[in-house]
Amino acid sequence: MGLAKRIIPCLDVDNGRVVKGVQFVDIRDAGDPIEVAKRYDEQGADEITFLDITATHHERETMVHVVEAVASQVFIPLTVGGGIRTVDDIRRMLNAGADKVGINSAAVKNPEFVREAAEKFGSQCIVVAIDAKKVSAEGEADKWEIFTHGGRKPTGIDAVEWAKKMVAYGAGEILLTSMDRDGTKSGFDLALTRAISDAVDVPVIASGGVGQLQDLTDGIKEGHADAVLAASIFHFGEHTVQEAKQQMASQGIEVRL
Amino acid sequence: MRRVAVIDYGMGNLRSVSKALESVSDNQTEVLVSADPDTILSASHVLFPGVGAMRDCILELNKLGLDEVVLEAAKTKPFLGICLGMQALLSHSEENNGVKALDIIAGEVKRFPNPLMADGEKLKVPHMGWNQVHQTSNHVLWKDIQQDSRFYFVHSYYVSPEDPAVTSATSSYPDEFTVAIQQDNVFAAQFHPEKSQHAGLQLLKNFVNWDGQS
Repeated sequence: MGLAKRIIPCLDVDNGRVVKGVQFVDIRDAGDPIEVAKRYDEQGADEITFLDITATHHERETMVHVVEAVASQVFIPLTVGGGIRTVDDIRRMLNAGADKVGINSAAVKNPEFVREAAEKFGSQCIVVAIDAKKVSAEGEADKWEIFTHGGRKPTGIDAVEWAKKMVAYGAGEILLTSMDRDGTKSGFDLALTRAISDAVDVPVIASGGVGQLQDLTDGIKEGHADAVLAASIFHFGEHTVQEAKQQMASQGIEVRL
Repeated sequence: MRRVAVIDYGMGNLRSVSKALESVSDNQTEVLVSADPDTILSASHVLFPGVGAMRDCILELNKLGLDEVVLEAAKTKPFLGICLGMQALLSHSEENNGVKALDIIAGEVKRFPNPLMADGEKLKVPHMGWNQVHQTSNHVLWKDIQQDSRFYFVHSYYVSPEDPAVTSATSSYPDEFTVAIQQDNVFAAQFHPEKSQHAGLQLLKNFVNWDGQS
Protein backbone atom coordinates (compact mmCIF):
# COMPACT_ATOMS: atom_id res chain seq x y z
CA MET A 1 0.00 0.00 0.00
CA GLY A 2 1.19 3.55 -0.61
CA LEU A 3 0.34 6.75 -2.38
CA ALA A 4 -3.20 6.92 -3.76
CA LYS A 5 -4.11 8.07 -7.24
CA ARG A 6 -6.16 11.23 -7.02
CA ILE A 7 -9.56 12.28 -8.38
CA ILE A 8 -9.91 16.01 -8.84
CA PRO A 9 -13.29 17.52 -9.74
CA CYS A 10 -12.88 20.73 -11.72
CA LEU A 11 -15.23 23.68 -11.36
CA ASP A 12 -15.26 26.11 -14.27
CA VAL A 13 -16.37 29.34 -12.65
CA ASP A 14 -17.87 32.23 -14.59
CA ASN A 15 -19.14 35.29 -12.77
CA GLY A 16 -19.46 33.37 -9.51
CA ARG A 17 -21.29 30.34 -10.94
CA VAL A 18 -20.10 26.86 -11.89
CA VAL A 19 -20.54 26.32 -15.62
CA LYS A 20 -19.37 23.70 -18.03
CA GLY A 21 -19.22 24.21 -21.73
CA VAL A 22 -18.94 21.54 -24.37
CA GLN A 23 -15.87 22.47 -26.37
CA PHE A 24 -16.13 25.99 -25.00
CA VAL A 25 -19.71 26.64 -26.13
CA ASP A 26 -23.13 25.62 -24.80
CA ILE A 27 -22.49 26.71 -21.24
CA ARG A 28 -24.78 25.02 -18.71
CA ASP A 29 -25.22 26.30 -15.17
CA ALA A 30 -24.12 23.77 -12.55
CA GLY A 31 -24.60 25.75 -9.38
CA ASP A 32 -22.98 27.74 -6.62
CA PRO A 33 -19.24 26.98 -6.42
CA ILE A 34 -19.15 26.90 -2.62
CA GLU A 35 -22.00 24.40 -2.42
CA VAL A 36 -20.54 22.31 -5.23
CA ALA A 37 -17.09 22.26 -3.60
CA LYS A 38 -18.56 21.17 -0.26
CA ARG A 39 -20.48 18.40 -1.98
CA TYR A 40 -17.34 17.06 -3.66
CA ASP A 41 -15.41 17.26 -0.39
CA GLU A 42 -18.12 15.14 1.28
CA GLN A 43 -17.97 12.66 -1.61
CA GLY A 44 -14.25 12.16 -1.04
CA ALA A 45 -12.62 14.37 -3.69
CA ASP A 46 -8.85 14.37 -3.17
CA GLU A 47 -8.45 17.97 -4.30
CA ILE A 48 -10.61 20.57 -6.01
CA THR A 49 -9.61 22.74 -8.95
CA PHE A 50 -11.30 26.02 -9.83
CA LEU A 51 -10.87 27.30 -13.33
CA ASP A 52 -11.70 30.97 -13.59
CA ILE A 53 -13.12 31.53 -17.06
CA THR A 54 -14.16 35.07 -16.24
CA ALA A 55 -12.93 37.78 -18.55
CA THR A 56 -13.25 41.00 -16.57
CA HIS A 57 -11.33 42.40 -13.65
CA HIS A 58 -14.48 43.04 -11.64
CA GLU A 59 -15.65 39.45 -11.96
CA ARG A 60 -12.22 38.22 -10.94
CA GLU A 61 -12.82 39.67 -7.49
CA THR A 62 -15.73 37.26 -7.23
CA MET A 63 -13.29 34.37 -7.69
CA VAL A 64 -11.15 35.55 -4.77
CA HIS A 65 -14.24 35.54 -2.56
CA VAL A 66 -15.24 32.09 -3.75
CA VAL A 67 -11.79 30.74 -2.84
CA GLU A 68 -11.90 32.45 0.56
CA ALA A 69 -15.29 30.99 1.35
CA VAL A 70 -14.37 27.47 0.23
CA ALA A 71 -11.00 27.50 2.00
CA SER A 72 -12.58 28.23 5.35
CA GLN A 73 -14.91 25.23 5.08
CA VAL A 74 -13.17 22.63 2.93
CA PHE A 75 -9.88 21.22 4.22
CA ILE A 76 -8.40 19.53 1.18
CA PRO A 77 -5.99 21.04 -1.38
CA LEU A 78 -7.44 23.73 -3.65
CA THR A 79 -6.02 24.82 -6.99
CA VAL A 80 -7.03 27.95 -8.89
CA GLY A 81 -6.29 28.46 -12.56
CA GLY A 82 -7.35 30.88 -15.27
CA GLY A 83 -5.98 34.37 -15.72
CA ILE A 84 -2.91 33.91 -13.49
CA ARG A 85 -0.43 36.30 -15.12
CA THR A 86 1.61 37.99 -12.41
CA VAL A 87 3.31 37.24 -9.10
CA ASP A 88 0.64 39.41 -7.57
CA ASP A 89 -2.15 37.25 -9.03
CA ILE A 90 -0.51 34.22 -7.41
CA ARG A 91 -0.08 35.91 -4.05
CA ARG A 92 -3.74 36.99 -4.00
CA MET A 93 -4.99 33.49 -4.72
CA LEU A 94 -2.69 31.88 -2.16
CA ASN A 95 -3.68 34.46 0.44
CA ALA A 96 -7.33 33.75 -0.32
CA GLY A 97 -6.68 30.11 0.62
CA ALA A 98 -5.59 28.37 -2.59
CA ASP A 99 -2.76 25.85 -2.18
CA LYS A 100 -1.69 25.81 -5.80
CA VAL A 101 -2.17 27.97 -8.86
CA GLY A 102 -2.42 26.86 -12.47
CA ILE A 103 -0.41 28.88 -14.97
CA ASN A 104 -1.27 28.46 -18.63
CA SER A 105 -0.98 31.12 -21.33
CA ALA A 106 1.26 33.36 -19.20
CA ALA A 107 3.83 30.55 -19.22
CA VAL A 108 3.67 30.29 -23.01
CA LYS A 109 4.05 34.04 -23.33
CA ASN A 110 6.91 34.22 -20.86
CA PRO A 111 8.43 30.95 -19.55
CA GLU A 112 10.58 32.90 -17.08
CA PHE A 113 7.37 33.70 -15.20
CA VAL A 114 7.20 30.04 -14.13
CA ARG A 115 10.76 30.16 -12.83
CA GLU A 116 10.08 33.37 -10.95
CA ALA A 117 6.86 32.00 -9.47
CA ALA A 118 8.51 28.73 -8.37
CA GLU A 119 11.40 30.57 -6.75
CA LYS A 120 9.08 32.89 -4.93
CA PHE A 121 6.38 30.50 -3.76
CA GLY A 122 7.96 27.05 -4.13
CA SER A 123 7.41 24.45 -6.84
CA GLN A 124 4.80 22.69 -4.71
CA CYS A 125 2.24 25.38 -5.52
CA ILE A 126 3.04 25.92 -9.19
CA VAL A 127 0.96 23.82 -11.58
CA VAL A 128 1.65 24.41 -15.25
CA ALA A 129 -1.50 23.82 -17.31
CA ILE A 130 -0.85 22.57 -20.82
CA ASP A 131 -3.51 22.61 -23.54
CA ALA A 132 -2.37 20.27 -26.30
CA LYS A 133 -3.78 19.21 -29.65
CA LYS A 134 -2.66 16.46 -31.95
CA VAL A 135 -0.98 17.84 -35.05
CA SER A 136 0.41 14.66 -36.65
CA ALA A 137 -1.54 13.13 -39.51
CA GLU A 138 -2.89 9.58 -39.56
CA GLY A 139 0.00 7.16 -40.02
CA GLU A 140 2.64 9.63 -38.82
CA ALA A 141 4.42 9.40 -35.47
CA ASP A 142 2.29 11.03 -32.75
CA LYS A 143 2.95 14.71 -32.26
CA TRP A 144 1.09 17.24 -30.12
CA GLU A 145 1.37 20.99 -30.04
CA ILE A 146 0.55 23.62 -27.41
CA PHE A 147 -2.53 25.71 -28.16
CA THR A 148 -3.69 28.84 -26.36
CA HIS A 149 -6.90 30.87 -26.32
CA GLY A 150 -9.15 27.94 -25.54
CA GLY A 151 -7.58 25.76 -28.19
CA ARG A 152 -7.89 28.23 -31.05
CA LYS A 153 -4.35 29.53 -31.33
CA PRO A 154 -1.45 27.25 -32.30
CA THR A 155 2.00 28.07 -30.92
CA GLY A 156 4.23 25.65 -32.81
CA ILE A 157 5.59 24.35 -29.48
CA ASP A 158 5.90 20.58 -29.08
CA ALA A 159 3.87 19.45 -26.05
CA VAL A 160 6.34 16.86 -24.68
CA GLU A 161 9.31 19.22 -24.97
CA TRP A 162 7.26 21.97 -23.38
CA ALA A 163 6.33 19.79 -20.39
CA LYS A 164 9.99 18.92 -19.80
CA LYS A 165 10.97 22.57 -20.04
CA MET A 166 8.29 23.66 -17.59
CA VAL A 167 9.46 21.08 -15.04
CA ALA A 168 13.03 22.29 -15.49
CA TYR A 169 11.76 25.83 -14.82
CA GLY A 170 10.17 24.73 -11.55
CA ALA A 171 6.66 23.41 -12.24
CA GLY A 172 5.71 21.05 -9.40
CA GLU A 173 2.90 19.40 -11.32
CA ILE A 174 1.49 19.33 -14.87
CA LEU A 175 -2.22 19.67 -15.63
CA LEU A 176 -2.55 18.25 -19.11
CA THR A 177 -5.69 18.90 -21.18
CA SER A 178 -6.34 17.40 -24.56
CA MET A 179 -8.11 20.09 -26.57
CA ASP A 180 -9.24 17.42 -29.03
CA ARG A 181 -11.10 15.62 -26.28
CA ASP A 182 -12.19 18.41 -23.92
CA GLY A 183 -15.96 18.40 -23.64
CA THR A 184 -16.42 15.46 -26.01
CA LYS A 185 -16.95 12.73 -23.37
CA SER A 186 -14.91 10.33 -25.51
CA GLY A 187 -12.16 9.68 -22.93
CA PHE A 188 -8.66 11.09 -22.36
CA ASP A 189 -6.11 11.20 -25.16
CA LEU A 190 -4.22 8.29 -23.58
CA ALA A 191 -1.23 8.40 -25.92
CA LEU A 192 -0.71 12.08 -25.12
CA THR A 193 -1.09 11.51 -21.39
CA ARG A 194 1.39 8.64 -21.41
CA ALA A 195 3.91 10.55 -23.53
CA ILE A 196 3.94 13.48 -21.10
CA SER A 197 3.73 11.45 -17.90
CA ASP A 198 6.63 9.22 -18.90
CA ALA A 199 8.72 12.23 -19.92
CA VAL A 200 8.62 14.15 -16.62
CA ASP A 201 9.43 13.39 -12.97
CA VAL A 202 6.61 15.44 -11.45
CA PRO A 203 2.98 14.27 -11.14
CA VAL A 204 0.72 14.64 -14.18
CA ILE A 205 -3.03 15.29 -13.96
CA ALA A 206 -4.96 14.02 -16.98
CA SER A 207 -7.83 16.21 -18.18
CA GLY A 208 -10.21 16.58 -21.08
CA GLY A 209 -12.73 14.12 -22.36
CA VAL A 210 -14.04 12.11 -19.41
CA GLY A 211 -17.47 10.73 -20.29
CA GLN A 212 -17.69 7.62 -18.18
CA LEU A 213 -16.03 6.17 -15.09
CA GLN A 214 -13.89 3.73 -17.06
CA ASP A 215 -12.15 6.71 -18.67
CA LEU A 216 -10.68 7.64 -15.27
CA THR A 217 -9.24 4.17 -14.75
CA ASP A 218 -7.83 4.19 -18.27
CA GLY A 219 -6.14 7.53 -17.64
CA ILE A 220 -4.23 6.02 -14.72
CA LYS A 221 -3.56 2.56 -16.08
CA GLU A 222 -2.93 3.32 -19.73
CA GLY A 223 -2.14 7.04 -19.55
CA HIS A 224 0.19 6.62 -16.53
CA ALA A 225 -1.42 9.70 -14.95
CA ASP A 226 -0.98 10.35 -11.24
CA ALA A 227 -4.33 12.09 -10.96
CA VAL A 228 -7.44 12.49 -13.08
CA LEU A 229 -9.55 15.60 -13.45
CA ALA A 230 -13.17 15.70 -14.57
CA ALA A 231 -16.02 18.18 -14.55
CA SER A 232 -19.30 17.35 -16.18
CA ILE A 233 -19.61 13.70 -15.11
CA PHE A 234 -19.74 14.95 -11.53
CA HIS A 235 -21.60 18.24 -11.98
CA PHE A 236 -24.84 16.94 -13.40
CA GLY A 237 -25.23 14.08 -10.95
CA GLU A 238 -24.31 11.34 -13.42
CA HIS A 239 -21.75 9.98 -10.96
CA THR A 240 -20.36 10.76 -7.53
CA VAL A 241 -16.66 10.93 -6.73
CA GLN A 242 -17.20 7.97 -4.41
CA GLU A 243 -18.56 5.85 -7.27
CA ALA A 244 -15.59 6.79 -9.39
CA LYS A 245 -13.19 5.71 -6.65
CA GLN A 246 -14.95 2.42 -6.08
CA GLN A 247 -14.78 1.70 -9.77
CA MET A 248 -11.06 2.47 -9.82
CA ALA A 249 -10.43 0.40 -6.68
CA SER A 250 -12.25 -2.57 -8.23
CA GLN A 251 -9.65 -2.52 -11.00
CA GLY A 252 -6.72 -2.54 -8.63
CA ILE A 253 -5.98 1.18 -8.44
CA GLU A 254 -5.07 2.48 -5.00
CA VAL A 255 -7.46 5.26 -3.98
CA ARG A 256 -8.44 7.05 -0.78
CA LEU A 257 -11.85 5.62 0.13
CA MET B 1 -8.13 30.48 27.72
CA ARG B 2 -5.83 28.82 25.20
CA ARG B 3 -3.88 30.79 22.65
CA VAL B 4 -2.42 29.01 19.66
CA ALA B 5 0.28 31.00 17.86
CA VAL B 6 1.04 30.17 14.23
CA ILE B 7 4.55 31.42 13.47
CA ASP B 8 4.49 33.69 10.43
CA TYR B 9 7.97 33.95 8.94
CA GLY B 10 7.03 34.45 5.30
CA MET B 11 7.30 30.80 4.26
CA GLY B 12 4.00 30.05 2.64
CA ASN B 13 0.39 30.77 3.13
CA LEU B 14 -0.86 30.41 6.68
CA ARG B 15 -4.52 30.98 6.02
CA SER B 16 -5.27 27.28 5.61
CA VAL B 17 -3.55 26.42 8.89
CA SER B 18 -5.27 29.15 10.85
CA LYS B 19 -8.70 28.39 9.33
CA ALA B 20 -8.30 24.70 10.10
CA LEU B 21 -7.26 25.46 13.70
CA GLU B 22 -10.24 27.80 14.10
CA SER B 23 -12.59 25.13 12.82
CA VAL B 24 -11.53 22.72 15.60
CA SER B 25 -11.26 25.32 18.37
CA ASP B 26 -13.91 26.09 20.97
CA ASN B 27 -14.69 29.59 22.23
CA GLN B 28 -11.97 29.21 24.85
CA THR B 29 -9.29 29.07 22.18
CA GLU B 30 -7.79 31.95 20.25
CA VAL B 31 -5.75 31.41 17.06
CA LEU B 32 -3.10 34.03 16.26
CA VAL B 33 -0.87 34.27 13.19
CA SER B 34 2.19 36.20 14.31
CA ALA B 35 5.83 37.09 13.72
CA ASP B 36 6.11 38.87 17.06
CA PRO B 37 8.40 37.04 19.56
CA ASP B 38 6.43 38.17 22.61
CA THR B 39 3.10 37.09 21.13
CA ILE B 40 4.52 33.71 20.19
CA LEU B 41 6.22 33.13 23.53
CA SER B 42 3.15 34.16 25.51
CA ALA B 43 0.91 31.71 23.64
CA SER B 44 -0.03 28.39 25.22
CA HIS B 45 0.55 26.40 22.01
CA VAL B 46 2.89 27.05 19.10
CA LEU B 47 2.49 25.82 15.53
CA PHE B 48 5.51 26.04 13.23
CA PRO B 49 4.39 25.65 9.59
CA GLY B 50 6.31 26.11 6.38
CA VAL B 51 6.55 25.32 2.69
CA GLY B 52 9.40 26.11 0.34
CA ALA B 53 13.14 25.68 0.57
CA MET B 54 15.20 25.01 3.71
CA ARG B 55 17.81 27.69 3.11
CA ASP B 56 15.13 30.41 2.81
CA CYS B 57 13.41 29.03 5.89
CA ILE B 58 16.51 29.32 8.09
CA LEU B 59 17.48 32.69 6.59
CA GLU B 60 14.01 34.12 7.23
CA LEU B 61 13.94 32.82 10.81
CA ASN B 62 17.34 34.39 11.51
CA LYS B 63 16.40 37.65 9.83
CA LEU B 64 13.24 38.00 11.92
CA GLY B 65 15.00 36.89 15.10
CA LEU B 66 12.62 33.94 15.30
CA ASP B 67 15.19 31.12 15.45
CA GLU B 68 15.66 31.68 19.20
CA VAL B 69 11.89 31.94 19.60
CA VAL B 70 11.36 28.57 17.93
CA LEU B 71 14.08 27.00 20.10
CA GLU B 72 12.53 28.44 23.24
CA ALA B 73 8.97 27.45 22.34
CA ALA B 74 10.11 23.94 21.44
CA LYS B 75 11.54 23.57 24.96
CA THR B 76 8.53 24.70 26.88
CA LYS B 77 5.17 24.52 25.06
CA PRO B 78 3.01 22.06 23.19
CA PHE B 79 4.71 22.53 19.82
CA LEU B 80 3.65 21.28 16.38
CA GLY B 81 5.90 21.45 13.32
CA ILE B 82 4.37 20.88 9.87
CA CYS B 83 6.17 19.95 6.61
CA LEU B 84 9.18 22.28 6.29
CA GLY B 85 8.43 23.23 9.91
CA MET B 86 9.21 19.62 10.78
CA GLN B 87 12.32 19.36 8.66
CA ALA B 88 13.77 22.56 10.14
CA LEU B 89 13.77 20.89 13.58
CA LEU B 90 16.40 18.37 12.48
CA SER B 91 20.17 18.98 12.65
CA HIS B 92 20.96 19.35 9.00
CA SER B 93 19.39 19.19 5.51
CA GLU B 94 20.81 18.06 2.18
CA GLU B 95 18.70 20.72 0.44
CA ASN B 96 20.39 23.76 -1.22
CA ASN B 97 23.80 22.00 -1.11
CA GLY B 98 23.55 21.50 2.63
CA VAL B 99 21.91 23.70 5.27
CA LYS B 100 22.43 23.68 9.03
CA ALA B 101 19.02 23.50 10.65
CA LEU B 102 17.75 24.09 14.21
CA ASP B 103 19.06 20.81 15.69
CA ILE B 104 16.18 20.31 18.12
CA ILE B 105 15.91 16.70 16.97
CA ALA B 106 19.13 14.91 16.02
CA GLY B 107 19.12 13.72 12.43
CA GLU B 108 19.30 14.52 8.73
CA VAL B 109 16.85 15.72 6.09
CA LYS B 110 17.44 13.79 2.87
CA ARG B 111 16.12 13.92 -0.68
CA PHE B 112 14.25 11.02 -2.25
CA PRO B 113 16.64 9.22 -4.62
CA ASN B 114 16.59 10.25 -8.28
CA PRO B 115 15.29 8.27 -10.06
CA LEU B 116 13.03 6.76 -7.44
CA MET B 117 12.22 3.23 -8.59
CA ALA B 118 9.58 0.73 -7.43
CA ASP B 119 9.10 -2.61 -9.21
CA GLY B 120 10.84 -1.32 -12.32
CA GLU B 121 8.65 1.79 -12.51
CA LYS B 122 9.72 5.33 -11.83
CA LEU B 123 7.90 7.07 -8.98
CA LYS B 124 7.21 10.78 -9.19
CA VAL B 125 8.98 13.31 -6.97
CA PRO B 126 7.59 15.36 -5.21
CA HIS B 127 5.74 12.72 -3.22
CA MET B 128 2.37 14.38 -3.73
CA GLY B 129 -1.04 13.22 -2.63
CA TRP B 130 -2.72 11.04 -0.01
CA ASN B 131 -0.59 8.35 1.59
CA GLN B 132 -1.27 6.02 4.49
CA VAL B 133 0.23 7.02 7.81
CA HIS B 134 1.14 4.12 10.07
CA GLN B 135 1.20 5.15 13.72
CA THR B 136 4.10 3.58 15.60
CA SER B 137 3.28 5.05 19.01
CA ASN B 138 0.25 5.79 21.17
CA HIS B 139 0.82 9.51 21.24
CA VAL B 140 -2.16 11.61 22.30
CA LEU B 141 -2.09 13.43 18.94
CA TRP B 142 -3.23 10.17 17.31
CA LYS B 143 -6.33 10.00 19.54
CA ASP B 144 -9.46 9.04 17.53
CA ILE B 145 -7.47 8.72 14.29
CA GLN B 146 -7.73 5.33 12.69
CA GLN B 147 -4.52 3.39 12.15
CA ASP B 148 -3.23 3.80 8.55
CA SER B 149 -5.47 6.80 7.79
CA ARG B 150 -4.49 8.76 4.72
CA PHE B 151 -3.01 12.26 4.99
CA TYR B 152 -2.04 14.75 2.28
CA PHE B 153 1.67 15.11 1.47
CA VAL B 154 3.72 17.29 -0.84
CA HIS B 155 7.49 17.13 -0.40
CA SER B 156 10.73 16.02 -2.04
CA TYR B 157 12.80 15.72 1.16
CA TYR B 158 12.16 13.54 4.21
CA VAL B 159 13.52 13.32 7.76
CA SER B 160 15.84 10.62 9.02
CA PRO B 161 16.13 10.99 12.80
CA GLU B 162 19.15 9.49 14.59
CA ASP B 163 17.12 7.98 17.39
CA PRO B 164 14.44 5.65 15.96
CA ALA B 165 12.46 6.07 19.19
CA VAL B 166 11.37 9.61 18.15
CA THR B 167 9.50 8.23 15.13
CA SER B 168 5.78 8.45 15.78
CA ALA B 169 4.55 7.32 12.34
CA THR B 170 5.83 6.03 9.02
CA SER B 171 4.70 5.86 5.38
CA SER B 172 6.05 4.04 2.34
CA TYR B 173 7.22 5.56 -0.95
CA PRO B 174 8.29 2.90 -1.83
CA ASP B 175 10.61 2.45 1.18
CA GLU B 176 9.43 3.17 4.68
CA PHE B 177 10.31 6.62 6.03
CA THR B 178 9.48 8.71 9.09
CA VAL B 179 6.48 11.00 8.63
CA ALA B 180 5.87 12.07 12.23
CA ILE B 181 8.17 12.61 15.17
CA GLN B 182 7.62 13.11 18.88
CA GLN B 183 10.05 14.30 21.51
CA ASP B 184 8.77 15.53 24.87
CA ASN B 185 6.50 18.53 24.16
CA VAL B 186 7.35 18.56 20.45
CA PHE B 187 5.35 16.80 17.75
CA ALA B 188 5.95 17.22 14.05
CA ALA B 189 4.45 15.90 10.82
CA GLN B 190 5.64 15.77 7.24
CA PHE B 191 2.06 15.71 5.94
CA HIS B 192 -0.36 18.64 6.03
CA PRO B 193 -3.07 18.06 8.66
CA GLU B 194 -4.73 21.30 7.58
CA LYS B 195 -5.31 19.76 4.13
CA SER B 196 -6.10 16.22 5.25
CA GLN B 197 -9.84 16.50 5.82
CA HIS B 198 -11.28 14.60 8.83
CA ALA B 199 -8.10 12.86 9.99
CA GLY B 200 -6.10 16.07 9.72
CA LEU B 201 -8.64 18.15 11.60
CA GLN B 202 -8.73 15.52 14.35
CA LEU B 203 -4.96 15.74 14.73
CA LEU B 204 -5.16 19.54 15.00
CA LYS B 205 -7.94 19.20 17.55
CA ASN B 206 -5.79 16.81 19.57
CA PHE B 207 -2.93 19.31 19.39
CA VAL B 208 -5.08 22.20 20.65
CA ASN B 209 -6.17 19.98 23.56
CA TRP B 210 -2.64 18.71 24.28
CA ASP B 211 -0.90 19.65 27.54
CA GLY B 212 2.53 18.88 26.10
CA GLN B 213 3.07 15.66 28.03
CA SER B 214 4.28 12.82 25.85
